[in-house]
Amino acid sequence: MKAAVVIFPGSNCDHDALHACDKVMGWTTVPVWHESASLSGADLVILPGGFSYGDYLRCGAIAGRSPVMEAVKKHAANGGLTLGICNGFQILIEAGLLPGALLRNSCMEFRCRMVQLRVESTDSSFTRAMRQREVLTVPIAHGDGNYFATEQQLAELNEQDRIPFRYCNAAGEITADANPNGSLENIAGVLSEGRNVLGMMPHPERASEALVGSADGRRLFESLAQAYADVGW
Amino acid sequence: MQFACEIIISPRSDILDPEGDAIGRSLARLHFEGASEVRVGKYMTLQLEADSADAARARINEMCKALLVNPITEDYEVSVNQL
Repeated sequence: MKAAVVIFPGSNCDHDALHACDKVMGWTTVPVWHESASLSGADLVILPGGFSYGDYLRCGAIAGRSPVMEAVKKHAANGGLTLGICNGFQILIEAGLLPGALLRNSCMEFRCRMVQLRVESTDSSFTRAMRQREVLTVPIAHGDGNYFATEQQLAELNEQDRIPFRYCNAAGEITADANPNGSLENIAGVLSEGRNVLGMMPHPERASEALVGSADGRRLFESLAQAYADVGW
Repeated sequence: MQFACEIIISPRSDILDPEGDAIGRSLARLHFEGASEVRVGKYMTLQLEADSADAARARINEMCKALLVNPITEDYEVSVNQL
């Protein structure tokens, strides 16, 4: 498996993603600058968290139109694995690779804490090593993670089983109290129609070793390793 | 011809605007009775070379679609004035 982590001006979780891929998973891992036209032949492309371009205009708006995104779109269109975490999720939406929008948290606070996620779909390369309805503990750190979609987009996401994670409480119940940002239907992540692009606000890369408080996020990377071993790219 | 262009971008009416709500609550605390429905948007100006006001407006609309506005969450208005 070869992973590329794209670095935009203002990315600040790039090294967490590089660490998870390189040191935790042992994958060949390369950083890719946002002006690059090439993804160095990577099987997996990660758009990391941060504040690309200072969140100017809208979160992810300028990064979503930066030069490297042409290569990312081509990679995704060819079925290549593409993961956007936090600001990376915002960038994928702004680039048109995922539906919806991420608005200011309804509480108006920047929320930085551990949350629980319920696994709602194991039918993807990102979640195949998980169990349906399993509860994962991973951190969030964002001010604009309030997922919004049109009625039609939301209906499609539900019908096509494209919502792999929802915020839940410790018992795995989807409640308003467990929703940290006001996201529609507690949505924490969405898949593309082809199921090869995932955007999520929580940070699995920051929860990939017990030393940092949770290794639950590693399950996502293990899913990708399984998918790669089965299919290859 | 050179045009001065203004773009007002507002959150769509069906979108929750927590920033506007927070400002509305603060106004109420300051006893500005009767103020409601506070919405916070963006105001942009730019100068543009174009053959006519219509051409300038069309070009601004293209910019809004390509980058400046998120049609899912925002509405916008454009005005152009020849300099």
